[in-house]
Amino acid sequence: MSEAAVMHAVVEPQESPLTPENWGKLGMWLFLAGDAMSFGCLIVGYGILRHASSSWPVPKDVLGINLTAFMTFLLIVSSVWMVLALAAIQENNKPKFNKFLGLVILGGLMFLGCQAYEWTHLLTHRLPEAGISFSNNLFATTFFILTGFHGMHVSGGVIYNSCVLAAVNRGRYEAKHVEIAGLYWHFVDLVWILIFTFVYLI
Amino acid sequence: MTSTAHSTSAYIKVFYVLLVLTIVEVAIVYLGLPRMLLVALLVIFAVWKASLVAMHFMHLKFEKRTLAVVALTPFVLCVFLILMLMPDIFPH
Repeated sequence: MSEAAVMHAVVEPQESPLTPENWGKLGMWLFLAGDAMSFGCLIVGYGILRHASSSWPVPKDVLGINLTAFMTFLLIVSSVWMVLALAAIQENNKPKFNKFLGLVILGGLMFLGCQAYEWTHLLTHRLPEAGISFSNNLFATTFFILTGFHGMHVSGGVIYNSCVLAAVNRGRYEAKHVEIAGLYWHFVDLVWILIFTFVYLI
Repeated sequence: MTSTAHSTSAYIKVFYVLLVLTIVEVAIVYLGLPRMLLVALLVIFAVWKASLVAMHFMHLKFEKRTLAVVALTPFVLCVFLILMLMPDIFPH
């Protein structure tokens, strides 16, 4: 029995099968695959409801796309900053890392600020002007659920990145942890690219 | 780590491509193209941008092939979801 246990310990894989250098990365990828399914279900559900509806407002006219185009730009830029932050910590350049991860967090906060402004403006001006009540209208419901679910992910990302920034400076986290946080942040950017196209532009 | 091989200038290049694609997307919405053409173009651009982010920023290009299969699973499941919901969209 104990011999079997020892044998078992020997054949157990020492490294992650798909991401040999980093178990945490595999964990994050699996989480993101599940999270992508959540977003996928919401986007497919939105598409089905929109297709089945007899009338649907033109999103561009009701929502406006100039501010959202800027928000897309913000997330893409913050993704690049995240890549630069990872490059900096891999070179062990802490001041540069702090600067770029700080910018990533700032970009996330600015995105949330824009979204808060956008939602307020929609609820008080644009939706009433278009004659849409947000409580019993499929267009408004799908819009707020999709962008809200994404906004929660951005909020989570801002908190996550702030924790990573603190942990690296206290010497508890290193480059491989930053890479995992980067995966999450790029995923949030990727999903926004899809939401921007499917909810705002089409 | 695999990602160190990827130089910073390559990331900046990807950023410019993403930026240009976003501008083109917004521009064609204002152009007033036929609906089907507009939707087709927007979907192509969105998938193009999303795969650029996944391949370069998330380093999928430099990972094992099986990890890409894991990453693609939700998209396959979403296609199934659409197929299963088809009877509801087209009831006749």
